[in-house]
Amino acid sequence: MNSPSAQFVTSRRIGVYDPIHQIGMWGENFKSNSNLNASASLIVEDVKLDSQSQDASHGTEGPSNQYDQEATKPTDKVQRRLAQNREAARKSRLRKKAYVQQLETSRLKLIQLEQELERARQQGLYIGGGLDAGHLGFSGTVNSGITTFEMEYGHWMEEQNRQICDLRNALNAHITDIELRMLVESGMNHYFELFRMKATATKADVFYMMSGMWKTSAERFFLWIGGVRPSQLLKVLGPQLNPMTKQQSLDVLNLEHSCQQAEDALSQGMERLQQTLADTVAAGQLSEGSCNRQMTNAMEKLEALRTFVGQADHVRKETLQQMLHILTIRQAARGLLALGEYFQRLRALSSLWATRPREPA
Amino acid sequence: MDKVTRLVSEKGIVIFSKSSCCMCYAVIILFKELGVKPLVHEIDEDPEGREIEKALMRLGCNAPVPAVFIGGTLVGSTNEVMSLHLKG
Repeated sequence: MNSPSAQFVTSRRIGVYDPIHQIGMWGENFKSNSNLNASASLIVEDVKLDSQSQDASHGTEGPSNQYDQEATKPTDKVQRRLAQNREAARKSRLRKKAYVQQLETSRLKLIQLEQELERARQQGLYIGGGLDAGHLGFSGTVNSGITTFEMEYGHWMEEQNRQICDLRNALNAHITDIELRMLVESGMNHYFELFRMKATATKADVFYMMSGMWKTSAERFFLWIGGVRPSQLLKVLGPQLNPMTKQQSLDVLNLEHSCQQAEDALSQGMERLQQTLADTVAAGQLSEGSCNRQMTNAMEKLEALRTFVGQADHVRKETLQQMLHILTIRQAARGLLALGEYFQRLRALSSLWATRPREPA
Repeated sequence: MDKVTRLVSEKGIVIFSKSSCCMCYAVIILFKELGVKPLVHEIDEDPEGREIEKALMRLGCNAPVPAVFIGGTLVGSTNEVMSLHLKG
């Protein structure tokens, strides 16, 4: 930027770098993002210098001699001007990119806040307290593992809705089995993805998982060890599968039976856990020392809770996989669609319930 | 280790458990629901409990209990038991 006159001349010649136009563009960005403050004023300065120096150096010479002047100017000044143009354009692109990224982050934050608000409304604004050091902790600290889970769950849900639509269209359009298989497999993998997410989140906060905090209220009504009852999955799938072969009916019946047994076993294990935890917390002398011991014992018991949530998810996953083995692709597709729609409707029910007209107090 | 081998060859289904472990309890309940009576060995009530625990870990169990043996062979822990059960 040491030869303003040359710059001005070059810009006239090339007509690419139009100072006035640039100002307009920058002005826009300048208004919406104060980071551009510095650069905008720099450009303005540039143009001011241009007009000043033009008066100075072209003082006695008229505009008609302009082109003669250009021919004798050294080309490296032209090059420098070009380079500066490129640099400015590059910086402009980078700033635009940063601005857009800022917008994206804010958008995600907004979605997250909206979700939290919705949940808080559904729970009647009951936050903290019984949820210990959970997501909306009493002290206001945020559990990053849970925040991540909730964001990922939001994306998972969007994808889930898309997949349900695709399945519905596919079944109505009578596509080939091969194409259907792809849809079924991505549907199954999508559920497995959810189990993986849950496993990570359970490490962050098991009570959050046990309370099903990420689910809508109607879904939470059916909560069993951090999720859906495996037997419930089968009950939803069942009616969709007819007609079935004799062997299939038998296999499904056996699976239902096994599933129920596994569920009962885990339920009884959970009951025992609750009982022993209660006993541990209740059993206590009044001395200080035994209180600490008590707490240590209780903490150990709580560790077992994580195992149960993990095991419950394992049973859910295995149940789904077993169903896939038994069914044809078309049956599996219908089953997945039914399952997906079932939960969609539950979620819709939650929203309806939350927004129903309340009786006057 | 010898004790483990000896115990598992004694009867059809042998489960190593801890009396304080509720998941072990769940697995035992499952077998009972199937009408089976497994031989349950509470290793926290066994003076050689620590040795048994180490042996089980060496056999590849991430969590020493519950460890389920059928016909002398290690089936695994809760995960394996549940998977096998659901497969029929």
